[in-house]
Amino acid sequence: MTSLATCDRLTVRYPGAARPALADLTLALHAGEKLAVVGESGSGKSTLARALAGLLPVGTALSGAIRWSGPPPRPGRDIGTVFQDPGASLDPLLTVGAHLVEGLRAPLPLGRAEARARAAALLARVHIPDPERALAAWPHQFSGGQAQRIAIALAIAAGPHLLVADEATSALDVLVQAEIVALLRELCRDAGMTLLFITHDIALAGTLADRVAVLHDARLVEIGPAARLLAAPREPYTRALLAAQLDLASPRLVGTRP
Amino acid sequence: MTLLDARGLAKTYPGERRIRALDDVSLSIAAGETLGLIGPSGCGKSTLARVLARLATPDAGSVRLDGLDWLALSGAGLRHARRRLQMVFQDPAAAFHPRATAGGAVADALRIHRLVPRRDRPEAAAALLRQVGLSPDLARRPVATLSGGQRQRVAIARAIAPRPRLLVLDEAVSALDASVRARVLDLLVRLQAELGLAYLFIGHDLAVVRAVSHRIAVMDAGQIIETGPAEALLSDPGSPLLRRLIAAVPALHRKDPPV
Amino acid sequence: MIRELLRRPEALLGGLLLLLIAGAALLAPVLSPGDPLAIAGRPLVRPFTDPAFPLGTDGLGRDLLAGVIHGVRTSAAIGLAAALVAVLAGMLVGTAAGFAGGLVDEALMRVVDAFQIVPGFLLALAFVSVTGPSLAVVAIAIALGAWTGPARLSRSRVLALREADFVAAARVMGMHPAEIALRQVMPLALPPVLAVTAVIVAGAILTESALSFLGLGDPNAVTWGGMIAEGRNQLRSAAYLSIIPGIALVLTVISIYLVGEALTDVLAGKRQS
Repeated sequence: MTSLATCDRLTVRYPGAARPALADLTLALHAGEKLAVVGESGSGKSTLARALAGLLPVGTALSGAIRWSGPPPRPGRDIGTVFQDPGASLDPLLTVGAHLVEGLRAPLPLGRAEARARAAALLARVHIPDPERALAAWPHQFSGGQAQRIAIALAIAAGPHLLVADEATSALDVLVQAEIVALLRELCRDAGMTLLFITHDIALAGTLADRVAVLHDARLVEIGPAARLLAAPREPYTRALLAAQLDLASPRLVGTRP
Repeated sequence: MTLLDARGLAKTYPGERRIRALDDVSLSIAAGETLGLIGPSGCGKSTLARVLARLATPDAGSVRLDGLDWLALSGAGLRHARRRLQMVFQDPAAAFHPRATAGGAVADALRIHRLVPRRDRPEAAAALLRQVGLSPDLARRPVATLSGGQRQRVAIARAIAPRPRLLVLDEAVSALDASVRARVLDLLVRLQAELGLAYLFIGHDLAVVRAVSHRIAVMDAGQIIETGPAEALLSDPGSPLLRRLIAAVPALHRKDPPV
Repeated sequence: MIRELLRRPEALLGGLLLLLIAGAALLAPVLSPGDPLAIAGRPLVRPFTDPAFPLGTDGLGRDLLAGVIHGVRTSAAIGLAAALVAVLAGMLVGTAAGFAGGLVDEALMRVVDAFQIVPGFLLALAFVSVTGPSLAVVAIAIALGAWTGPARLSRSRVLALREADFVAAARVMGMHPAEIALRQVMPLALPPVLAVTAVIVAGAILTESALSFLGLGDPNAVTWGGMIAEGRNQLRSAAYLSIIPGIALVLTVISIYLVGEALTDVLAGKRQS
């Protein structure tokens, strides 16, 4: 399997922070895979996403290296990013169409009409009903799940190799979350895109990803194939993370009657 | 014994879309019982919480709480009666005054309901912090400097301070990391046993709601579409929504059951 | 916050000037003992000619430096008192309007509109001419035209804060609405209001000078406006009589503005982060 990017002893420290947000992290991102990075708050998982997407704030101290197998990615074109809050990527004063047309024309040599046609096709790809009408609509007219679909359309507009989803489903209710996960799976399969899926939910990571990496206190605890890691975790921390996770087979904490 | 009995609650938000947030909702909660309330976002479960906590006024319906005509109370009478029903919010960071200290927040609740003499208040606040598993040393710390789990414990301490009969937990563990959430759930179950509290446990994660609820109610588009004992309801779901909610919970396929 | 303020050159300059001015106000009885309105020497000594009167004397032989130094006290007292009254009244009205909402809000905000439509100076002029000049009356007269800004600012903050979870939590706890409004919400509406307070102080000092200039100030206190007005009669022969208190006035107002602007910036930056 060819790697798309390799983090080699990557250490990231934010300005003014006492401890590094990522410490000595070595990890390969394979081309075409869906890699989930799991951790609790403060584990460094979002920092890893930002480092790979080239979105670390100015003044961040970085040591070690991120090596790309091909030419270094062009920001906004080769890497798409989706965040927890779709409002962060959508300007309330621009129509959905204006977002997408701008997102398409900035990196690609497209005419206005052509960009508009492609924008409608993008909305259809993320399953927004009636794309033509949606182009003229404003971000606030969509529900959280629909807005996240539009944010995903915007992220993949330029045809990136890598899609970084940073807690992209965390603010959504479970039903919508399942739909977005299905959409991400479908987009990666159809476009051969690599997915870096950042989440705090190890069970959700297991349903989507090929491989799962567990981060704790800025360090990589364990990485492995999703099925193996969830069924037979090697590290105590991963076991603890799984033990804290509830599913419908977990023992109930109360009796049947008060 | 029925602690809370709500009948025919209705509320429509004005505006162009006229959303029917509550459409003839009836439910009851027994003393010491946990009723889990689950549904997709926008189904009206938070409106129900706000109506029961007297933060929003319903268009129609009646509520009896601990023998009181709950919706008829107003002014000083309502403020006095509020100690029976307390609430814990989803975002523990937003639920405290930005300058509140942990001890001060708990002491406020004691002061308002004049439950302990003024000079015993710090001691009583410390005892409540201990009861929710926090060190009393945290009493002087601003809530803003505490971790998410600690903040939510302070919120629980504040909520149990006036010795309520019912806690409305509106997505109270949804914003917490899994390991923190597990410990807060243990705390809630322990407090229920110690204090005989009833809970309305609102959540969107069926696995969590199932773990702590005696009964579960499923809500959709402003209506409660089914209610039943937790295990029985999940093994025989009546509505397509509940079946979809069950299917949306990722199974962990554990080899050995967790301890 | 103070460190952040010191990093801004305009705040540093304004702050130093203010310190100087405040020092003069505090030390006035030491720096120039005696009555500043008393005749001290020959009339119309030019500035920088007699070491006994560095800034010269006026047509009656009163020391101009003593007048400027004691004038600071009047200006500072009126400026601060007027701003205090304006901020307190404005915040109470704004908080009440924002918190109560509905008809109370409508009624209070129409009152605010009415006060805002009439120029503050005209209000002050009318009030003082009816009640007669004294320091307290002048302060209240100026506050009449200045309280609407704080009222609007605190109302808009309170409107946003009213929906916050911590307010809901306080209601569920059974806290009295007055306590929620005054103890929980109003302090949080303070920072933006505090930032415009400097502007109110500066405006109040200007208004007071204008009132004194028109002869409506307290006749028993030295004021810069009064000095400028008296100098006006000899504007051709002894312009310095008006220019020196004028410079004092301009420097004071500018330094307060500089500090106020920097404070607004710092507070705004804080809110964003």
